[in-house]
This record gives sequence, structure tokens and C-alpha cells, in this order.
Amino acid sequence: MTTLEAVGKTIELNNEGFLLDADQWTPELAETLAETVGLGPLSDKHWQVITFCREDAAREGQSPGLRRISKLSGVSMKELYQLFPKGPGKLAAKVAGLPKPQACI
Amino acid sequence: MKNIVILGAGTAGTMVANHLRGKLPTGWTLKIVDPDPLHLYQPGLLFLPFGTERQERLVRPRGNTLKRGIEWIQQGVEKVDADARQVVLEDGERLSYDILVLASGSQIRPEETEGLLGDHWHQTAHDFYTLDGATALRRALAGFDGGRLVVNVVEMPIKCPVAPLEFLFLADDYFTHRGIRDRVELVYATPLDGAFTKPVASATLGYLLEQKGIKVESEFNTGEVDGEARLLRSWDERELAYDLLVSIPTHGGAPFVAASGLGNELDFVPTEHRSLLAKNHDRIFVLGDATDLPSSKAGSVAHFQSGVVADNVLRTIAGKSLVEGFDGHSNCFIESGGGKALLIDFNYDVEPLPGHYPVPGLGPFDLLAESRRNHWGKLAFRWIYWNALLPALPLPLPSRMSMIGKRRPPDKVAA
Ligand SMILES: Cc1cc2nc3c(=O)[nH]c(=O)nc-3n(C[C@H](O)[C@H](O)[C@H](O)COP(=O)(O)OP(=O)(O)OC[C@H]3O[C@@H](n4cnc5c(N)ncnc54)[C@H](O)[C@@H]3O)c2cc1C
Repeated sequence: MTTLEAVGKTIELNNEGFLLDADQWTPELAETLAETVGLGPLSDKHWQVITFCREDAAREGQSPGLRRISKLSGVSMKELYQLFPKGPGKLAAKVAGLPKPQACI
Repeated sequence: MKNIVILGAGTAGTMVANHLRGKLPTGWTLKIVDPDPLHLYQPGLLFLPFGTERQERLVRPRGNTLKRGIEWIQQGVEKVDADARQVVLEDGERLSYDILVLASGSQIRPEETEGLLGDHWHQTAHDFYTLDGATALRRALAGFDGGRLVVNVVEMPIKCPVAPLEFLFLADDYFTHRGIRDRVELVYATPLDGAFTKPVASATLGYLLEQKGIKVESEFNTGEVDGEARLLRSWDERELAYDLLVSIPTHGGAPFVAASGLGNELDFVPTEHRSLLAKNHDRIFVLGDATDLPSSKAGSVAHFQSGVVADNVLRTIAGKSLVEGFDGHSNCFIESGGGKALLIDFNYDVEPLPGHYPVPGLGPFDLLAESRRNHWGKLAFRWIYWNALLPALPLPLPSRMSMIGKRRPPDKVAA
């Protein structure tokens, strides 16, 4: 576990930098989390993705995968890679304060 | 007459049908729909390309796998009309149901990746998740004298998520035996951030890749394949050249799921995690690879789920409340080459851990560690599949995961 001093609080992250307590998430914290993974200030497009991910996870009980994001958020796969380079699924989940998308082993 | 209709007579559908046969009250009939005349033992596909398994041992006439008294309708499903509680078959006939069990599995969809299909398909670009694919790959491997072999998982989820790694471990063995291992480069290109992503498994098993000289290209999301130039291109514009490609293409549910409005973006059916009821449909149960659950798409999972679904079908008939019986339990043997295998056992909440897995008469098997006994367990599994799992005989394998025999490394208690 690691901690992060942000938005006037001590925020707990797991070893891979994912938020441990989902209730600690705020839009402000998202900006800080974005900085920690090297993303600049969040644009409207970023927010479109983050908002989609949060709403979808609340409905479905799990972080959406990349295909689901590209199909349902209105942001194309190409754009997703521009917005969240390398691993859009993982990065978007991280900034949105959601757990890492699942894998078995 | 009241009807239970099961869609798909693969691993999961067959087990549920055989569980229910003989347990239904009078006035209930049991029908199962599947167009394919043969039942395929899919775990055997892993061995086919290396010539260590034969096709005839992997298929059986489907009729022989279903107990007497189960009516098998040999047709494809076109659509489910959930409002009318009817199934539309390919010849246009409608089957009414009172309870529906959806077990139509998952299929590979190479057409989802630009350039993957083409003249090079089953020539220099292969799959081993189908009988045709595994057979063509066997020929290609036999004629491969060196170069770069890339195993590429296009996108998650896939069935049997460890099969691509097992394929690489076995390929290492295979080329070593042929005396050309030094001329073959083995590469694993995965969209995940490593070959193993759960903390304990990756700490325990990371050595395997290094030991076998397998390179990992992580977070590689395949955008397109250039079959002529033999190149994979990722969405973030990395290029990976290959001489022989073994692709694990995008998976999706059966096409009728989309036509019925029952699926998610990949035509997997949103399913309640523990009762296995379809979300928003009180007369439809879903199990096996057809669900959208975060549990693995594996035969063992289908086995653990089949008891829960059979139970909940009987409870629905009796007007009782459903059991929340499925905990995400999965276990699977992982071939690691050299006549050894690993065993992993986990559920929704507990990651794969080291220790021992007790199976009366066969085990204990070693968890998260290589052993010969595990390898024999994996091979014995084919016999167990045909003779005990499919007929739904009582087995000493409880459906809920147990912590007995498991050890959690002290530094991994709070990850
Ligand atoms: C290479 C490989 C290795 C594997 N290794 C292992 C392993 O070691 N251990 C393990 O536990 N699992 C393993 N698996 C996974 C395992 O085989 C599957 O998870 C399991 O078969 C799923 O069962 P199912 O009934 O959901 O799907 P399936 O067994 O695939 O059955 C689906 C059925 O639905 C039918 N169907 C499809 N469309 C329609 C339609 N329109 N109308 C009617 N019927 C339809 C199909 O004909 C099929 O019979 C492996 C799979 C592969 C490919």
C-alpha cells in the first residue's frame, strides 16, 4: 500500500496505484491521480471517458474493459489511445478511482 | 406440460441437463438445443498442434453424452423472445419454455481484428481454439524451422486464459525436442500488463518465462494485422514482426444472443454473480462461457456453476427462493512443459495461492507450483471429463472454494 497527500487528505492506494477506498474519490482527486500517471490537465474528452467508466462500474459492479468503453462512451479506440496512452483501460480506471479491470492470473 | 429448455449442449449445458434428468417433478419436460452433432473436449486442443493428442480422442457423438430421457433438438437457435418465453429455431419453429438455461458458450471472432483473416489465415496466422485451427497449426509447426513465433492475445476476456501461456511452455519443449530451440524466438504479446497479473501468482511464477526464454510484450492491444508483411500493429502504433502467428482472437457469445437483445458489447449475457440468473429476466439462467461474469471462462467453472443452476431450476419449479451458491470458484491445471504442470484454485475474492489441493484418491495436488503429479492430473482430466463431469456424477469437488491447504505468503496479506 502507498499513500498520497491530496485534496487535503491522506489517500490510500494499492501497490499498483489504484484507489483503495472508492468513497475517497472526487473530481479534484481525479486531477491529482491523472498527474501521478503522467497525464496533463484533464480535457472534456478525458472526462467523457471517466464519467462513463464510473457510471458503468456503478451499474455493472466491475470496471469496464477497453472494448466496452470504446463502444459505449462515444470515444473511439484511436482517441482513447491518444487520451490515455499505452493502456487506456487501466489508466482510465485508475483516474476514475475504480479497481483494475479483471484478469484471472 | 411445462418445459425446461437448455440452449447449447457443450460442457455446461450437458452437465445441467444430466443433473436435472430424473429430478424433475411429473409434468415437466427437458429439452436441449444444439446444432452440432459432435461434442468437443476443448482442453485437448492445446495438445493437438504438438502431436501429443489425437483428434479422435477429443470428439464424441453428442447423443452419447446426454442421458436417456433428455430430448435433443439438433438445430441452431435464431433468437430468444423473452417476452413471449419462446425460442425461435433456425427452421422457424418456436419452442415455448417455462425456464430457460442459456449455455451457448463463446466463439472466436477473428473478423473483429482488421487484417487477421485473409489468405494467410491458417497458413502463417493461426488459432488453436478450434479443431480446424489446431489441426492447421499442427502442420505449420511441423514445417517451422526457425524464426519468431508470436502468441498474441488480442483482447480479454478469452476462454481458458492460461491456455496461451501453456501453449508457449509446450512450444519451448517441442522445439527443444526437435533440436532447433536456439533458432526459435518465442514471444507472448498480451493486452495485460504482464503474463501473470495477480500479485502472488506473478511473484511465484514469473521465473517460468525467464527460465524458458519467453519474451513478453505487455500492454499490447492489437489494432491490425498485416498478413503479407507479417506484422502486428498495436493501437498505440507499436509494430511486432512474426514468422508464425498464433492468435487468440477476440471472443464473443453466440450471435443469437445479440439478436435477442440479451447481451453486452461482446454478446455475453449480464448475469447475477451468485444465483446465475440473467439480470432482469426471472426465468433465464446463464452459465459457462456465455456469461459476462468476472470468473474465468473454463470448464471447471462450468462444472461448479452447473450444480448451482440445476439447484436453482428445481427451486424455481418448487416456488422456493434461489441459492446464492456460486462464489466464482475456478481451478485449472497449467501445463508448464517437461512433463510438469501447475494447479491454481481461486474465486471472486481470493487470488491463486500456494499450498495443496486435496482430492480424495487423486491428490493432493500442488498449488501454484510445478509437479509431475499435476501433469498426470491434467491428463487424467480427459477421462474424468467424459466419464464423471459430463454425466454429472457426484464428485468430491465442492463447488465453493475452500481455504484448506492454502498458504497466503505473509508479505502478501494486504496487497
Ligand atoms: C484450447 C482450450 C483449452 C482449454 N483448456 C481448459 C482447461 O484446461 N481447463 C478448463 O477447465 N477449461 C479449459 N477450456 C475451456 C472450456 O473448454 C470451456 O470453458 C467450456 O467448454 C465452456 O463450456 P460451455 O458449455 O459454456 O461452452 P461450450 O462447451 O463451448 O458449448 C457451447 C455449445 O453451444 C452450442 N451453440 C453455439 N451456438 C448455438 C446456437 N446458435 N444454437 C444452439 N447451440 C449453440 C455449441 O455448438 C456448443 O456445443 C479450454 C478451452 C480451449 C479452447
